[in-house]
Amino acid sequence: MALIELKSITKYYEMGDQIVRALDGIDIDVFRNDYLAFIGSSGSGKSTMLNILGCLDKPTNGQYHLNGKNVEMMDQNELSEVRNLEIGFIFQSFNLLPRSTALGNVMQPLVYRNIRLKQRKEMAMDALTRVGLDDRTHHLPNQLSGGQRQRVAIARALVTTPSILLADEPTGNLDSKTSIEIMQLFDELHAEGHTLIVVTHEDEIARHCKRVIEMKDGKIFNDSDTVLDAVTH
Amino acid sequence: MFFVLFESSRSALISIYAHGLRSFLTTLGIVIGVASVIAVISVTEGMSSFIGDTFASLGSNSLTIRSYTPFEDQMKGIRARLTPEDLELISRRGEGIASITPILYAARSSQIKFGSQTAFSQIMGTTYAFQEVSQSYISSGRFLAPSDNDTRRRIAIIGEKVRDNLNLPENPVNEYVDIGGEWFKIVGLLEPKGDIMGQSRDDIVLMPYATMRSLQGNQARTDIQIQLSLSATAEVDVVAQQLTTLLRNAHDLSSEEDDDFTIQTAEQLMETFDSIINMVTIVIGGIVSISLLVGGIGIMNIMLVSVTERTREIGICKAIGAKRHHILMQFLIEALLLSLLGGLIGLALGYGLGTLISNTIPSFPQASIPLWSIALALGFSGFVGVLFGILPAAKAANLDPIDALRYE
Repeated sequence: MALIELKSITKYYEMGDQIVRALDGIDIDVFRNDYLAFIGSSGSGKSTMLNILGCLDKPTNGQYHLNGKNVEMMDQNELSEVRNLEIGFIFQSFNLLPRSTALGNVMQPLVYRNIRLKQRKEMAMDALTRVGLDDRTHHLPNQLSGGQRQRVAIARALVTTPSILLADEPTGNLDSKTSIEIMQLFDELHAEGHTLIVVTHEDEIARHCKRVIEMKDGKIFNDSDTVLDAVTH
Repeated sequence: MFFVLFESSRSALISIYAHGLRSFLTTLGIVIGVASVIAVISVTEGMSSFIGDTFASLGSNSLTIRSYTPFEDQMKGIRARLTPEDLELISRRGEGIASITPILYAARSSQIKFGSQTAFSQIMGTTYAFQEVSQSYISSGRFLAPSDNDTRRRIAIIGEKVRDNLNLPENPVNEYVDIGGEWFKIVGLLEPKGDIMGQSRDDIVLMPYATMRSLQGNQARTDIQIQLSLSATAEVDVVAQQLTTLLRNAHDLSSEEDDDFTIQTAEQLMETFDSIINMVTIVIGGIVSISLLVGGIGIMNIMLVSVTERTREIGICKAIGAKRHHILMQFLIEALLLSLLGGLIGLALGYGLGTLISNTIPSFPQASIPLWSIALALGFSGFVGVLFGILPAAKAANLDPIDALRYE
């Protein structure tokens, strides 16, 4: 069974008397251990796609099953719980809590699972060790480099052992060297069995992924390896 | 639930600590409000417990009867009197009386001389029963004896203040003083009683009642005061009622006429003082609670700013799984802790202020803080915190995660 099933998902916004069709009939199945990239220019609907996939937003119409759960009927609190259990977010601007240390940031999602402090620390330390930051645990975000911050964010996503990792332009604020390191980390995570979905507009990044979906005007323009072939040839 | 409370308190404390100065300024309104409440309460409580003690020492079980002439009658030249016959009557027929004594105040001069020193004092003629009725005891010498009255001895018992004013020796017994041109031998010194409301209670001279009467000559119009103490089982109200009936009959008052005397209990006096103090407490308390209200609004204001400032953080927390109640609790508890902290600081400050006031003003009673006022101060500041924290916390909890994440 697919990990993510999207059936004729639409998302409409009202802008004055105009209706903007941000997503217009999307059907996708994502399977466990997929390594998937959404690409497209700005306005293609990939940000909306990310919000829907990440359960931050609800579709106007259509069905969304995540890990067997019917998401489109849920209220805000239930969506919070699904995000906490099923999804690990990695943002372009890292989105760390500025007044918490690296360790505190990684522990934060576990607070909402009512896990005790001692166990939270152990789990967070494991996650930080996995991303190679076990020597930076008590630094505040502004004491860390961009790459290190993104590693903290990845550790925070990993610590809850979610069913999907959802990355939004993960290298958008990083230099090329650090970008490569982060993408190598993604490759390793994929090799370890994680399911990764990356939203990006850079082909360089998309090339790491095993499956690429190109979006245009709220629709799927191209799915599967054909795009990659086009780029490589 | 407990876990959420604990975690929220932890992060609230971190946040309060991180913005130390701002947190302090935010809660300053509460600090000032609570400090003034506690200062006022501690001073008035000290005062009222002092007054309670004072009246207990007056003899809480005592009654004072004195003549009373309405102002209108005074203008007509009518003067009500209590006579030695009334005393006679009450001591014969009054019920529930343990001891009874007349008090006759000096009519004209109350001048006392010793050597070259002259002083003025309150001079009273009374009997041995005064000791029990007014709870006045002797520190040296002896009190009035029944025989002093029978033989109209020229003796006096003086208070500490009088001894001091006249430069009498430490033990004034057997010295002679001049009162109204007559020589009196001092036989006793009263124990000091201290001040009440700034008036010394040690500035008195006692002499036998009969001696005082003889000094005033053959006046027919003697007006005396009667003080009596009740036996342990007697009810104040019942005794007062019976005495009223007795005196009304003796004075031939018809049912339309008002009493020409008043019966006053120490308790009544105390209640009067108490009600004045309560009044002051309520009025000041009202003013002070306005300052607490203002303090609460200050907290709400800063919390609202803080929610806006942390919009992005709230978005992050929601994205990684915070539910509405997580965010709500975090901000509510932050407001609560802020104002409770202010309450605690205010408590300490108010106590210090109260102690300072009572120590700097001489003869002012010691400040005391009753437990209920601590509970009141903390309860009220906690209430203010929750009341004014609800709105910002709800605003934070209702933020949409996408909008909050996009907030710059």
